[in-house]
Amino acid sequence: MDMKVKKKLGLKERYSIMTRDLGWDTTFQPMDKVFPYDKFEGIKIHDWDKWEDPFRLTMESYWKYQAEKERKLYAIIDAFNQNNGHLNVTDARYINTIKLFLNGVSPLEYMAHRGFAHVGRQLTGVGARVACQMQSIDEIRHIQTQIHSMSNYNKFYNGFHDFTHMHSRLWYLSVPRSFFDDAITAGPFEYMVAIGFAFEYVLTNLLFVPFISGAAYNGDMGAATFGFSAQSDEARHMTLGLECIKFMLEQDPDNLPIVQGWIDKWTWRGTRVLMLVGTMMDYMLPKRVMSWKEAWEIYFEENGGALFKDLARYGIKVPKCAETATIEKEHITHQTWAALYQYGAATNFHTWIPSPEEMDWLSEKYPNTFDKYYRPRLEYWAEETKKGNRFYTETLPQLCQVCQVPMFFTEPSDPTKICCRESDYKEEKFHFCSDHCKEIFDNEPEKYIQAWLPTHQVFQGNCFPEGADPSAPDFDPLAELLKYYHFNVGRDNMDFEGSEDQKNFAAWRDISVKN
Amino acid sequence: MGVIAATTYDFPSADSLDKFHGNLVAYVGWEDHLLFCAPFAFALPPNTSFKSFCEDMLIKAFKYHPDTQKIDWKSVEWFKSGKPWSPDVNKTLAENGLKHKDALRFRTPGLKGIKESCN
Repeated sequence: MDMKVKKKLGLKERYSIMTRDLGWDTTFQPMDKVFPYDKFEGIKIHDWDKWEDPFRLTMESYWKYQAEKERKLYAIIDAFNQNNGHLNVTDARYINTIKLFLNGVSPLEYMAHRGFAHVGRQLTGVGARVACQMQSIDEIRHIQTQIHSMSNYNKFYNGFHDFTHMHSRLWYLSVPRSFFDDAITAGPFEYMVAIGFAFEYVLTNLLFVPFISGAAYNGDMGAATFGFSAQSDEARHMTLGLECIKFMLEQDPDNLPIVQGWIDKWTWRGTRVLMLVGTMMDYMLPKRVMSWKEAWEIYFEENGGALFKDLARYGIKVPKCAETATIEKEHITHQTWAALYQYGAATNFHTWIPSPEEMDWLSEKYPNTFDKYYRPRLEYWAEETKKGNRFYTETLPQLCQVCQVPMFFTEPSDPTKICCRESDYKEEKFHFCSDHCKEIFDNEPEKYIQAWLPTHQVFQGNCFPEGADPSAPDFDPLAELLKYYHFNVGRDNMDFEGSEDQKNFAAWRDISVKN
Repeated sequence: MGVIAATTYDFPSADSLDKFHGNLVAYVGWEDHLLFCAPFAFALPPNTSFKSFCEDMLIKAFKYHPDTQKIDWKSVEWFKSGKPWSPDVNKTLAENGLKHKDALRFRTPGLKGIKESCN
């Protein structure tokens, strides 16, 4: 007797059975009560079935792809670690970029994981929920692979030992931290625009491409590999962000102004966080890939420009902040490095003055600004350092209420004047680094008055270890602050010249190349 | 406009005056001296005299700059929230009308930083 064999399911059918068909409409409780959080923002969705899944991926094939990538990644990491790959990087200054990444960026991957898990529960549409679930899993994989790749450095170098503790306490880390706190406390659609679109689509190339090619250029195969392993996920994330924007805009014309407002806000918020990456590119990589300015031109002005041209048919305009950011591309990395350098007693990585050749590279890449505005201060600091007078500021800086960056950005029209904006709200003054941060505050003051600004928190006495007594006559606020940060003082912080990292790297490399 | 939230949204400011143990916060930037990347923040009692604020605290905070020794406090031009401001050096911060989180800037005529580069 012939067996009747059922035909194997086609890809399309399988996809539909394994994703959308897993959802159902509730009957004991109305759907609106089960999904109460996707309407209050004002976004109108009439038909969730119109959601186009950007990647027709079932969980089953997702696990298969990811497992394959993991196998390759861990094989390379093992080889890198076993062969003391850390001694093959260009020079020990490079390792500070890894510290910056682990402390500043990796915790954002974890927050993205939480954010997408949260939003995946909040959205009514099953297609969007499945996509959020996959991205949530991707993000936790990213922080895991990053921790594993970088953990080898922690065995040999300072500044890696307590990144989760430091991420929510250190002054400069409040910039990336508050960015994600802001996103995750928004509604689900705003989160999707903030992270899915502005961060993952418009800005992600400015984060990943320079960082990962920087790692590869500087001989760090470990970091380069986790980057490549994440890159194919990033492509999926970008598509999700874009799909979400298009879906909202196609569902109802009333959604347009809300979405435009979020794009304006989050493109600016993201740009402020990315100045840390730009500074890494211009100042921290011993072998440079391209300047921040060049990266901005390729990835924002050209690629972003094309994207916004595509979105113009929905009525979306290029974010208002693009003009300011384009003026600032010639300044922000120099301003950021100057700040990190002078507050270098309170950074968990080392800072330094670029060599004369490196300054010439900066002059060439920034012909309009570097020699005129920034070289004089660097050369002055270099001369003073030679005399034994390395510059460390102990007085805390004024911070922007929204992006939390010290107020070091200059007026778009005058690079010799600090840009200061302010607003009054309920009889209290609030200060901003730019028109765009001020606008973000003015739109939602109730939210940003709660900001945890490191400078003010220190003044309030909230940043000292338990048992510290600020009223004691010999109280040393900086020393107590660094204890609260969990710093190994003198090892994690201060100048690269003379650091333990510098000495150890030189000694170990010497052993590895000589008898 | 205001925040759009799922439910009642009313939280206190993290930095209201009452949280600073009797001090007020003031920010001070030195024009044309970007060697100091950003304006400095100070938390200090409102009854601090303006003279001591300048001659003790500001001098100490800005001491790294070679121009600091050349400051003539009598000719300094002050700005509060960007507008010209004329404090009386013999009065206290409070008597001069300084409020919590006021932003001051000062300009030292003739001093323009390292090699006149505003650094």
